[in-house]
Amino acid sequence: MNTPNAPESADRAVAAATTVPAASVATPSLPANLAASTRMRTPMAEFWRKFKRQKLALFAGVFIIALVLVAILAPWIVPYDAENFFDYDALNSPPTAKHWFGVDSLGRDIFSRILVGARISLAAGFVSVAIGAVIGAILGLLAGYYEGWWDRCVMRMSDVLFAFPGILLAIGIVAILGNGMINVIMAVAVFSVPAFARLVRGNVLALKQQTYIEAVRSIGAPDRVIMLRHLLPGTVSSVVVYLTMRIGTSIITAASLSFLGMGAQPPTPEWGAMLNEARSDMLNAPHVALFPSLAIFVTVLAFNLLGDGLRDALDPKLDN
Amino acid sequence: MYRYLLKRLLGLIPTLLIVAVLVFGFVHMLPGDPARLAAGPEAGPETIELVRKDLGLDLPLHQQFVRFFSNALQGDFGKSIRTKRPVSQEIAERFGPTFWLTVVAMAWSVVLGMFLGIVSAVWRNQWPDRLGMTLAVSGISFPSFALGMLLMQYFSVKLGWLPTVGADSWKHYVLPSLTLGAAVAAVMARFTRSSFIDILKEDYVRTARAKGLKETVVVIKHGLRNAMIPVVTMMGLQFGFLLGGSIVVEVVFNWPGMGRLLVDAVEMRDYPIIQALVLLFSLEFILINLVVDLLYAWINPTIRYR
Repeated sequence: MNTPNAPESADRAVAAATTVPAASVATPSLPANLAASTRMRTPMAEFWRKFKRQKLALFAGVFIIALVLVAILAPWIVPYDAENFFDYDALNSPPTAKHWFGVDSLGRDIFSRILVGARISLAAGFVSVAIGAVIGAILGLLAGYYEGWWDRCVMRMSDVLFAFPGILLAIGIVAILGNGMINVIMAVAVFSVPAFARLVRGNVLALKQQTYIEAVRSIGAPDRVIMLRHLLPGTVSSVVVYLTMRIGTSIITAASLSFLGMGAQPPTPEWGAMLNEARSDMLNAPHVALFPSLAIFVTVLAFNLLGDGLRDALDPKLDN
Repeated sequence: MYRYLLKRLLGLIPTLLIVAVLVFGFVHMLPGDPARLAAGPEAGPETIELVRKDLGLDLPLHQQFVRFFSNALQGDFGKSIRTKRPVSQEIAERFGPTFWLTVVAMAWSVVLGMFLGIVSAVWRNQWPDRLGMTLAVSGISFPSFALGMLLMQYFSVKLGWLPTVGADSWKHYVLPSLTLGAAVAAVMARFTRSSFIDILKEDYVRTARAKGLKETVVVIKHGLRNAMIPVVTMMGLQFGFLLGGSIVVEVVFNWPGMGRLLVDAVEMRDYPIIQALVLLFSLEFILINLVVDLLYAWINPTIRYR
């Protein structure tokens, strides 16, 4: 997906340029007559041209930005305190004008709890995937560039980590570290590492064969510069696509662990923990479970739709 | 073929060894003294020392590992701290329900997922495609525990059609397997669709159409079999997902399976059970991936293993 094809026309060349590191397109190699007939776009502009056609993904992106803002501002914009406000006159009340999403069995406002919970779930998703992506990318970059024993070592370790279903590994890690959201984030990060390592390694192995890398090496650039300035940027598009999808998965995994009682502990308004608390009162107050479920669903859906859109916009094979 | 199988089985040994070392090391990474955990909260120092000797925790680390490993090979994982019964016995009782739940979930989700994927690919960019892919992306995004709770609320509590918890009759399997399989069906649908779209562009499909074959024959006979190859790999990967997913779904439906046992064991710090289950889950996952590789050869005769 990331190996640019031999450019046959100016359009294809521009399309391919989006996946080649910025350094290599700094001086366009197009013949003058071709360059004149096609307005030269930067990789970013080309990406944006394709991405803005994907209405659904664009909408999902806007939604995620709004959600992040809400999460940051949550403590100041919630109508009620998420943990310490109890409306004893409205226990288990379904949605009303006063409580938009209803009230739970302890009298807490579910809407406020969901807004504050967005902070925790988004933070868990972003932080765990960021840690996994950074460590995985470094390992994959080194493995793909140097190959040899280091490559075999990294790949063997990722085989081992892949031998555990993700949530099982996370449960094992939480069993060692103890319950709590920070430990859940660590656990989710650990099983993101091998996936990113493999992705980056595969990309680097392919990019390494390109002529521009040979050129950079022939002018005597050190390994560090080749890896960071010329190889790493080439892996960005596939990493970004995978990262976006992975955030959705990680939010679900983190919520699952909280649901199992291993992550955020009551009264913390984490969405999975809220569902766990709602279980005991499903008969009387099903809405208490409904809203956190929808919150997780809509958030993860937005990340998946955005990821799909990014993939379509960044894939040079889909150029129409 | 047999040589390939043998080679693959031998290749599993290093991975399994590392997994075993990790699982063994797990006990030593737990916070607190495992002997103290096993002896119970009221035990005095003498009892703890006795338990330590009994469990072999006073031996040097490498001897402990050899002991753990040779016992594990014979299926002996010690006794559960909570129930004092042999771990193998505890797990044997729970294996069946989890196994059947996973198989049922896999079966329906593969059939439905492939059906949706093929329909979406054949009517690409028309309403069946949009409907199928909307369902699929929703299925991926809905967390299984939430889906399970909502299904239970509607079909068991409100309509009273199906039982809520337990695993006694076929009716008990309906909701948990739907919950567990939903995400897999969604992934299969997306994957089958993209695999099928590629296949339908192939020359041999055009040839088949040019011969005047009916579209259904082209799709089923010429398309399906070729599209199956990547789909089968995906199935193997999804099995691992199902094994993991069953942990959460079993808690929702109070299913008497291995996932439920694992969650209880983590809560109670019942480490012999955790060790055995983690080892068993990963062994299962590794073996399934092997079976998937062998299925390749069966589906695609152009692949020759050496």
